[in-house]
Amino acid sequence: MARPLTPFLWTLFSAGGTVAALLYPVHLFLTGLAFPAGWLPAPGYSALHGLVMHSLVRLYLFVLVSLPLFHWAHRFRYTLYDGLQLKHLTALIAALCYGTAFIGSVTAGYTLLTLR
Amino acid sequence: MSAGVGYTPYHPRWYRRRVSVWWWMESRSYTGFVLREISSVAVAFFAVVLIALLRALARGPESYARFAAALASPLMLAASLVAFLFVLFHAVTWFHLAPTAMVVRVRGKRVPDSVILGSNYLAWIVLTAAVAFILLRG
Repeated sequence: MARPLTPFLWTLFSAGGTVAALLYPVHLFLTGLAFPAGWLPAPGYSALHGLVMHSLVRLYLFVLVSLPLFHWAHRFRYTLYDGLQLKHLTALIAALCYGTAFIGSVTAGYTLLTLR
Repeated sequence: MSAGVGYTPYHPRWYRRRVSVWWWMESRSYTGFVLREISSVAVAFFAVVLIALLRALARGPESYARFAAALASPLMLAASLVAFLFVLFHAVTWFHLAPTAMVVRVRGKRVPDSVILGSNYLAWIVLTAAVAFILLRG
């Protein structure tokens, strides 16, 4: 991994961690638990679709997916290094982690841009 | 005695003690560290759920209904519950770490940790209420 990239990746990690800390609990609670389990009335397809039509909501959703993915990539990379003692695979692990976050972000961005 | 004086090159790696892969079970703070690291997997899990939700929304009502049904399966509910606990753990530890990681100064004086921590929790409450309001309006 090129040294000059490190501060940039750390900034993504930090921003993603903040987004995940502030917004993931409520979204995960509602979308993953309360709505599927029927504890709270879930918004229907047309209501959600209407929301996603706003460009600000699209930008919000892109940030909500992308930054936390880079947060994961950074943390998981060091989990593999330190936790499983895989320090010799540095380049491979970094490429896999950041590559996955990049692909996820592109998928989210493409879906949001082409959603009609 | 003149032939070849034995010389061993200094090689620090030879003296390194092997550390078990389970080193983080040895103390509570190590375990907390590893749990924080693992919480990132829960974060990635939910990011992928969100991507799948967006794809389902893009494909249309039938696809979205199938996605909603998949989220209600016992396996996904269990996974979401575990992920939710880890994400909560991430949020709380992240807020408590913030004052240490980022020192804020106002007019040359350091802002007390409790103020930063308090504003983190305040932002959390306000954003949670805003998201819940928008999604529960119907």
